[in-house]
Amino acid sequence: MSNAAVTAAASSRAAAAGKSALARLGEAFVGRLVIIIPYLWLVFFFLIPFVIVFKISLSQTAIAIPPYTPVLGFGDGLSGFVAQLRQLSIDNYVWLTQDALYVNAYVTSVIVAAISTVLTLLVGYPIAYGMARAPAMLRPTLLMLVILPFWTSFLIRVYAWIGILKPEGLLNQLLLATGVISQPLIILNTYTAIFIGIVYSYLPFMVLPLYSSLEKMDYSLIEAAKDLGCPPTSAFWKITFPLSLPGVIAGCLLVFIPAVGEFVIPDLLGGSQTLMIGKTLWNEFFANRDWPVSSAVAVILLLLLIVPIMLFQRAQARAQEQDK
Amino acid sequence: MTPTWSRFNIASIVLGFAFLYLPIVLLVVFSFNESKLVTVWGGFSTKWYVSLFHNQGLMDATWVTARVAVISATVATVLGTLAALTLTRYTRFKGRMLFSGMVFAPLVMPEVITGLSLLLLFVAIGLDRGFLTVTLAHITLTMCFVAVVVQSRLITLDRSLEEAAMDLGAPPVKTFFQITLPVIMPAIVSGWMLAFTLSLDDLVIASFTSGPGATTLPMKIYSQVRLGVTPEINAACTILIAVVAVGVIIASLANKRREAQRQRDEQTAQRG
Amino acid sequence: MKSLGSIRRDFAPWNDPNAKPYIQFDKATKKFGDFTAVNNLSLTIFEREFFALLGASGCGKSTLLRMLAGFEEPTAGRILLDGQDLRGIPPYRRPVNMMFQSYALFPHMTVENNIAFGLKQDGMPKPEIAARVGEMLKLVKLEQFAKRKPHQLSGGQRQRVALARSVAKRPKVLLLDEPLGALDKKLREETQFELMDLQQSLGLTFVVVTHDQEEAMTMADRIAIIDKGEVMQVATPAEVYEAPGSRFVAGFVGNVNMFEGKIAHGEAGAASIDAGNGITIRTENAGDAATGATVAFAIRPEKIKISSTRPAGAVNAIEGEVYDIAYLGDMTVYHVRLDDGHVVRASTMNAARITEDPLSWNDRAWVSFRPDAGVVLTR
Repeated sequence: MSNAAVTAAASSRAAAAGKSALARLGEAFVGRLVIIIPYLWLVFFFLIPFVIVFKISLSQTAIAIPPYTPVLGFGDGLSGFVAQLRQLSIDNYVWLTQDALYVNAYVTSVIVAAISTVLTLLVGYPIAYGMARAPAMLRPTLLMLVILPFWTSFLIRVYAWIGILKPEGLLNQLLLATGVISQPLIILNTYTAIFIGIVYSYLPFMVLPLYSSLEKMDYSLIEAAKDLGCPPTSAFWKITFPLSLPGVIAGCLLVFIPAVGEFVIPDLLGGSQTLMIGKTLWNEFFANRDWPVSSAVAVILLLLLIVPIMLFQRAQARAQEQDK
Repeated sequence: MTPTWSRFNIASIVLGFAFLYLPIVLLVVFSFNESKLVTVWGGFSTKWYVSLFHNQGLMDATWVTARVAVISATVATVLGTLAALTLTRYTRFKGRMLFSGMVFAPLVMPEVITGLSLLLLFVAIGLDRGFLTVTLAHITLTMCFVAVVVQSRLITLDRSLEEAAMDLGAPPVKTFFQITLPVIMPAIVSGWMLAFTLSLDDLVIASFTSGPGATTLPMKIYSQVRLGVTPEINAACTILIAVVAVGVIIASLANKRREAQRQRDEQTAQRG
Repeated sequence: MKSLGSIRRDFAPWNDPNAKPYIQFDKATKKFGDFTAVNNLSLTIFEREFFALLGASGCGKSTLLRMLAGFEEPTAGRILLDGQDLRGIPPYRRPVNMMFQSYALFPHMTVENNIAFGLKQDGMPKPEIAARVGEMLKLVKLEQFAKRKPHQLSGGQRQRVALARSVAKRPKVLLLDEPLGALDKKLREETQFELMDLQQSLGLTFVVVTHDQEEAMTMADRIAIIDKGEVMQVATPAEVYEAPGSRFVAGFVGNVNMFEGKIAHGEAGAASIDAGNGITIRTENAGDAATGATVAFAIRPEKIKISSTRPAGAVNAIEGEVYDIAYLGDMTVYHVRLDDGHVVRASTMNAARITEDPLSWNDRAWVSFRPDAGVVLTR
């Protein structure tokens, strides 16, 4: 190599080194941004709102804009702020626990969600199992067919059931025409309609985690069980079902948690006679314009769901570990 | 070894899919009903579609919804992808637990809670309810779904691809844009589509956070549904279903064709 | 005593015309759609035999095993166990157990419960189950791991749990699907001998599927070489190696040099083969190949001597040039290109540490062998 070439190479290397030191600083900054941007966004739009909800749940209703008092702020200096703090009270919570309507709504919501979750599991498991057993080339298509309804509007899917379930609806027409019943069944505006609505709307959420845990199961485990003298049905309960439990748990949580606070389904299919907390909250807010009480309703609902939500997160984290 | 596909398996799939699809099919069928009584067939007609296009309120709502969905899905995809990167790549930093909690919780959080809390935030910071607030709310909700979709792809990504790029001299940021991003692109696209449809679909959060002049299509449909089932709503729903179905089918067909092409290429390459 | 014989000199029921077959594949055929995995295959295995099914992947050997276990039913033909036709008997009622290639250990059960699983299916009383499980754990030396879950064990330990689980029920036949495939080389060699000891001490019939010829040669009493769903040869390891029945078997098991040619003239087993280009091979193992027949002469590398000069008095000696040398430690493999372009592989044991005047690349060299060193193959 000629002298000139050596010098040129050395200087370009030096330039590269200089640039890389700067670049490294820049990259560290970019790396931070990757974390900071979504982090701050979620803190501001997800975490802080809960703090505000909690604060307002301790306020009183007022005919004002916004319709509650006190409005916390530092307009009157620190002493003013402390004075405002004194006005906060747990009256709304006392009110909630004393009114049987709210207590009932919570209890009913949990029971309805629990029953619906079990029903969804009973409907979803055979579907997921059948999909996992399907020929490998059919599986992607089946999977897409399960996901597809999920892409169509939730509201529309719930709405579709009104036409089916109402007294002069398609189901009753069919049953009357075939002579199964002589009087139209009253299904719409009952808890039965809510069950149907929840099972129907949340079915993909149940089927998908079940399918993914069933599909990745090693079929030779079933063969091993049979080889050791275990008949098929028994092999299902001793091997397949226990091994699909992570999917069962994930599916049940995915259905149960949102179902407790569900609004659209009880509102459209449950009618005015059914009581669920999501609907109660909606009415407190939109009909009664009682922001503090609806906030208190939300806080208690959140407390009720905090354990299942944390269970869900742990299940997610564990599934993630396994995928790695 | 392949398990056997028993008659029971097939029956449960057929029944399950019938359950999933029959209500939608009926809804579509009755959108072509001549009669105003939704559940009594009175002959074929497209008149409800015609009247739909003359319903100015519905048209306005559609336009609002489309804009909200496009904007929020796009922003949510960027934020969600960043969140997914954070979740998979930065395993130890202060508050990681809190972060993953904030990403996963909105997936199951009852919408009434999310809606109410966002509304109270907007009131507290003095932001007037309208187009902007709905969009911000939808970004917050849907970015978490995008994060989960992208994250599941990132987990299975072969890290040696990135290591190879860096070994060959590409700095991390360049590596991300030239290697990582193209590889996870399908996941990002489906994340965007998911965010788009979730935004298109949302009633509860939009009801809380929107204000005058920013009525979305689900809000409009909901208020009409409350007044009773009409074939016009069926028609609106059918169009919405058709748009989404066509989108999803095109996306999956494109995906399938790419996959088939790849397999053909591989076979050709193998044969030499 | 001169022999190609088996190592267990007293055990050779296949040579006894009165011996009762234990497992019989009788013209068994298995088709998957258009694909024929097993084609009209007949095979006999005797009680207490250690039998290996050897073949490349996809040759149908695993299908044979799965048909025996009951996971597949033959499309045609019969499979008999101890005289009983197995058709229609589901896997969970067959007195055979299988050790799976993936081990198929139940991940949600402890080692103990995995081993006890089969016993529980039989409704064995609890104290007896506990005793048997203890016995099995001792047998595979895993007593202190009884309460562990499979994912807390090493590969070798999992393999032993799988083994213990499959023999716990004292099956009539133990089927092993690539039992050592997932172990590393050193562990594999140790485990081979453990398996042989176990088979001896339990007195079971073992049928093992493997693609590893060394494994089959080490462990098995007899080996069936399978190709495209058909049996190519069934014989003891020594016979398979020293007296392969066909070009395929000779090429499949071990390394071999093959010369294609015609029998020039032969009488009473001895013959000379015209291998073209002026090469004539004299052999004493021509069997009943007739003059003029097209044959292959197969000879193993270790039976070929390599030297820099023509060995005095050699019956077969051919000249060529060394073009590749692989030093393997215990032996050295030479590739010699004969003057007609044919490449011969010859291996020499390195009995001494230092070689006088070693052969090097491009040296002229002679390859020579005795007239009884190779075999003539007509198929």
